[in-house]
Amino acid sequence: MPSFPLQHPAPPVDQIGVEERASKFTKRSIKNDAKKTGLKLAVSMMDLTTLEGADSKGKVSHLCRKALRPMADRYDCPPCAAVCVYPNLVEHAVKELEGSGIPVASVATGFPSGQYPRKLRLADVSYAVESGAKEIDMVISRGCFLEGGLHEVFDEIAATKEVCGEAHLKVIFETGELKTYDNVRLVSQLAIEAGADFIKTSTGKVSPAATLPVTLVMVEAVRDHFLATGKKIGVKPAGGIRTAKQALQFLVMVKETVGDEWLSPELFRFGASSLLGDVELQLAKLIDGNYQSAKYFSKG
Amino acid sequence: MSELKFGGLFEYSPAPESTPVKLKKQYDLFINGEFVAPSGEKYFGSVNPATGKRLARIAKAEAADVDAAVTAARKAYEKTWSKMAPPERGKYLFRIARIIQEKARELAILESMDGGKPIKESRDVDLPLVAAHFFYYAGWADKLNYAFPGKNPKPVGVAGQVIPWNFPLLMAAWKIAPALASGNTVVLKPAESTSVTAMHLAEIFQEAGLPEGVVNIVTGAGDVGEYLVGHGGIDKVAFTGSTAVGKKIAKSVAGTGVKLTLELGGKAANIVFDDAPIEQAVEGVINGIYFNQGHVCCAGSRLLLQESIHDEFVARLERRIKTLRVGDPLDKNTDVGAINSKEQLDRITNLVNSGIEEGATLYETDCPLPGDGFWFRPSFFTKVASSHRIAREEIFGPVLSILTFRTPDEAVIRANDTCYGLSAGIWTDKGSKIFQIADRLQAGVIWANTFNKFDPTSPFGGYLESGFGREGGMHGLMPYVQL
Repeated sequence: MPSFPLQHPAPPVDQIGVEERASKFTKRSIKNDAKKTGLKLAVSMMDLTTLEGADSKGKVSHLCRKALRPMADRYDCPPCAAVCVYPNLVEHAVKELEGSGIPVASVATGFPSGQYPRKLRLADVSYAVESGAKEIDMVISRGCFLEGGLHEVFDEIAATKEVCGEAHLKVIFETGELKTYDNVRLVSQLAIEAGADFIKTSTGKVSPAATLPVTLVMVEAVRDHFLATGKKIGVKPAGGIRTAKQALQFLVMVKETVGDEWLSPELFRFGASSLLGDVELQLAKLIDGNYQSAKYFSKG
Repeated sequence: MSELKFGGLFEYSPAPESTPVKLKKQYDLFINGEFVAPSGEKYFGSVNPATGKRLARIAKAEAADVDAAVTAARKAYEKTWSKMAPPERGKYLFRIARIIQEKARELAILESMDGGKPIKESRDVDLPLVAAHFFYYAGWADKLNYAFPGKNPKPVGVAGQVIPWNFPLLMAAWKIAPALASGNTVVLKPAESTSVTAMHLAEIFQEAGLPEGVVNIVTGAGDVGEYLVGHGGIDKVAFTGSTAVGKKIAKSVAGTGVKLTLELGGKAANIVFDDAPIEQAVEGVINGIYFNQGHVCCAGSRLLLQESIHDEFVARLERRIKTLRVGDPLDKNTDVGAINSKEQLDRITNLVNSGIEEGATLYETDCPLPGDGFWFRPSFFTKVASSHRIAREEIFGPVLSILTFRTPDEAVIRANDTCYGLSAGIWTDKGSKIFQIADRLQAGVIWANTFNKFDPTSPFGGYLESGFGREGGMHGLMPYVQL
């Protein structure tokens, strides 16, 4: 198992500078073919998510079918990357998606707060994995991180990774609670060295969630780790990305920061529940030539 | 060795700015509130540097035209403008600022067509700042007594203003707005290669109902500017441009009692310490040298890197310039546009060749360049010595010279090792270091953890051969008042 301290220190991040850089990605004009390519890419990177207390088997079934076939055939729209649910519903989702190749992702480790003893949090993970989850979205102990317990956070990620086995581990930071970009850069490096396959911004339960500058800091951490070690780590912004325009801005940022290899669901995902609707609308507009009433699109 | 791949996946489609503009075939002189043909009836071509083709014909002013412009300005000064109640002057400036905002997109497109700068910059930087300068000085018009308490400031008279081609409208705004706010009248001479937007600004003056003769614009080559600044009928000269021309102007007005401000060249040091926020420093260096194709007098053209981070920083820079998009200035996704003129391209090429001959190592992007027009790849030199021409002379193009230092003391010595003193940048996460270094740098503008930021409230100007006098802010009023 890897151990603390970090092999690669995290450089300081200047808030004004990183926000200015992020805003430049929003100035790119993405039109025509580029827009079509980008929107389809976004769908293929989407972890279609439902994380409500009211989630039922029926709701999850619906979501799974949507992920398999987001739009009518004539739009040539790819399926989503994964379906993300609570551990309780993993088994059901696995059944729904059987044979499709679309993995089921499960939040775990006491999502969303993480305020449970490690034993229970790890049991949460093994339950989800045993139920068939191929991807685990864990939350870190933010309280522990903020009080300086870097060592503990490192160990809990490493321990979760071990319990995951073959399943991919996504580590959720809840950047809206960590507040500073310095913290985001540090926790990114920490999670990467502790064994994360993906680093993820947020649970979707705290605002602000996946902002462009926060995700940029994480993408830069991933890039620098790749340049130093050759190892590729994925990034998943989640929460607050609701429009096709926003999704394209994230893709522009990925393209210009870390290059083509990350423009793939293997290394970049969107965690979203309502984004797909707007992407469908925009994609249909590009293909049909005019905007259609939202009534023509399914509501998720 | 792991390397990133910046390829064609998710390639951006062309996104040309498509707003229609009213570009004229021919532009006359603007004298006494009217557009008039030049007395010699001669015109010269203004070239679109992105195509190399002629964009419009520009009037070539003769001495008689400059005389007429100065006479009109004198009359307007004595009869109307200096006599006008200051709040009324302010109203005109506010009106001009608002019309500029309304026409901002069209002006931005014309600026990009005539000068070659990317539409992204003319739209998001130049035009908002042009309007902001008029708004800012409009506010001072009736508050001059508060700017100079107990001094009872009076206007100077007629100002002869000569501006460069790198920020045509913005430089016109920097010069005209404070002059008018404090009660002076103006004869402006835009640069030969970028006169189009100045003439559209003249239309805005007409639309705003600015009294005739308050601003006059004469176009032509250097000889027109030379005649203007040596004209006996003016009281004040303001010049932005090259140090060589600035020195000539200083000689010509010496002993005449004419007030003078000069904003000349620069060779700014951008100092990056090993404790800097490195990723943001890379962006700052990029913005410092490739903004407006490096046609910026305060460009961060000398990068001083602490030795311990040299290799890593250079690798980051090399990777970063690969993602700069060079090409059509009117495409909204263009980061670096066309070099302003053939002459400037030759000057850049000449200096870059000298850098190679003197032993520095050149890195350039491998991006494709358009066939026609004037282009230069974003580039930088490593292994530069302070004695190299590329470390001492202003290249005024998208070319960066990288030097190294070991200690803060050495950084200061190297940064000040220049005949210029316009701007500088400091990159460190340590606040105390910023203040220690800034105190010791000889430069008019110093940016910390950022670069090339402009605001009308902030004075701008240089030391040494970068000129004297300040533009912008309250300081920018001083050259235009008698105390």
